[in-house]
Amino acid sequence: MPDGPAPLRGIGVSPGVAGGPLLRVAEVPALPAPVAVADPASEADRAVAALHEVVAELTRRADRSGEKTLVDVLRAQAMMADDPVLSDAVRENVAAGMDGPHAVDAAFATHRAAFEAAGGYLAERVADLDDLRNRAVAVCLGRPMPGVPSPGHRYVLTARDLAPADTVDLDPEQVVALVTEDGGPTSHTAILARALGLPAVVACPGVRDLAEGTTVLVDGDTGAVGVDVDPAEVAAAEAVDRDRLTAVAATSGPGRTADGHAVALLANIGSARDLGAADGAEGVGLFRTELLFLDRTREPDLAEQAEAYRAVFAAMSGRRVVIRTLDAGADKPLPFLHQTDEPNPALGVRGLRLVRQRPELLHTQLAAIARAAEQTGADVWVMAPMVSTRAEAAEFADAVYAVGLPKAGVMVEVPAAALRAGQLLQVVDFLSIGTNDLSQYTFAADRQSGVLAELLDPWQPALLRLVAEVGAAGRAAGKPVGICGEAAADPLLAPVLTGLGMTSLSMSGRALPRVRAALAGRTYPDCERVARLALDADDPEQARKAVA
Amino acid sequence: MATRTVTVGSASGLHARPAALFVAAAAAQPVRVTIRTGEKRPVPANSMLSVLSLGARRGTEVVIEAEGEGADAALDALAELLARDLDAEESADA
Repeated sequence: MPDGPAPLRGIGVSPGVAGGPLLRVAEVPALPAPVAVADPASEADRAVAALHEVVAELTRRADRSGEKTLVDVLRAQAMMADDPVLSDAVRENVAAGMDGPHAVDAAFATHRAAFEAAGGYLAERVADLDDLRNRAVAVCLGRPMPGVPSPGHRYVLTARDLAPADTVDLDPEQVVALVTEDGGPTSHTAILARALGLPAVVACPGVRDLAEGTTVLVDGDTGAVGVDVDPAEVAAAEAVDRDRLTAVAATSGPGRTADGHAVALLANIGSARDLGAADGAEGVGLFRTELLFLDRTREPDLAEQAEAYRAVFAAMSGRRVVIRTLDAGADKPLPFLHQTDEPNPALGVRGLRLVRQRPELLHTQLAAIARAAEQTGADVWVMAPMVSTRAEAAEFADAVYAVGLPKAGVMVEVPAAALRAGQLLQVVDFLSIGTNDLSQYTFAADRQSGVLAELLDPWQPALLRLVAEVGAAGRAAGKPVGICGEAAADPLLAPVLTGLGMTSLSMSGRALPRVRAALAGRTYPDCERVARLALDADDPEQARKAVA
Repeated sequence: MATRTVTVGSASGLHARPAALFVAAAAAQPVRVTIRTGEKRPVPANSMLSVLSLGARRGTEVVIEAEGEGADAALDALAELLARDLDAEESADA
């Protein structure tokens, strides 16, 4: 064993091994109290130089990015920061007695107010202005720009927990692994890491106390985070992991057990951009549509939606695409819904429940899906999130059939739906279990809570019992039932889920090879045997041991 | 003072890509150019924030003005750019 500090311990949530210097997500700096300026001329130069540094950073990022939309956005942002009106205002503010950070803040505030008052497109750009302001103020204060660092070399990213907004900026060419102090197996950090194929450890106390730049080695399988590791040791560990992955990736073809029982292996995607990850999949098991609605003050119209859906359907011609209607509310608030006053949004108006208040949202979306499906050769299935009763399922199915789409299904995310899976299957064509939310609602444990992570473990026998209910209902009805939650990406759990009657497993594309290999290693009777072992176990740990 | 009145031709108005192209072109002119809508105060055409704040949509009439040597040529070039549908032209410059 090499000398050095003991490794930190967390929960491994995305497999693989990688290491490098540790950098943290920089926070938005608070504006300190104003100070008197001794030398206004140099103070003004310093403040204007901060704006130029922001322009330079955004331009560097645009130059590095190959994604055209992102490049356009970054260049437009750089142009706003480069605006001569802004630097003139900063100079005037300093001349009037303000210090640099306050001069920058005030210069942006004028335009922010104008944008907000104008509404529409400009109101949507307020967040861009705030981002520029935060960056320039940080530089003025001698601090790193807020957000995910982009140092131009490989590093391990750490944060208390990653917010969805941070992840937009994350460059997988630079970030080799993720470690967070909070978070659980179903947190955004975990989901993102699996989608990008990055090793990740969450709920890792002490990681935020490490000095910036410390070399760490992250093992996403065991949850160990080595501290002050020799770079040569990091390189060796990464090489071993690569060899292992290459061997697993050599398997291909549709999912099946050793004796030929088929389990469809599908990919989870959020937009056409993710389709590359779906390469080895038999289709898309979960096409999330929220991305199109994020950061909008008005919902996208029918034509815009149809175009976004068509891009995915066309690429998946001849294969299955399960598209999920808008899943907003709770941890996914959307500005145009103005849902601010719910005391407990996870138990509130979210998912399909939005139809109660905004029926036109669903009808426009279904019409757009139908239009996109007509123009392409994909086998389009539509499902609704957050369904609890047969009546809700029936109403949704009617709306789907009314626009001419042939396959309607619902997600099983609340225990009520799992317990009534048989009744739901009388009115819909398929069910798909969202294990993250099903865990959250079964255990009354917030899925973002690191402290409660062990309750959200997909191996919890109570969760598996509900999965078994759905599996039995699917067998009885002769209809497909699958998993599109994070549990589907666990290679050890895949045979258990198959034994419980799941006919498809949908996951991030990068998790597919390991799951395919795991299924190919067991016969169907063996899957049924390990499913019983897992169900009968007292706790997740015992269940894992019994199955392994 | 040289003046041109132009109808904005871009599908998204003077927002996003069209605004960026116009502002960059204005900044490259040898004279200082202003732009306004209706009777509102003219704003510098080389200012992205000011141009965005005009809120000009497709079909909005805008007035561009400049003074000095080369003003006419500058305004002709900018007027031609404003009248085109820049959204429809996929970035040949990218």
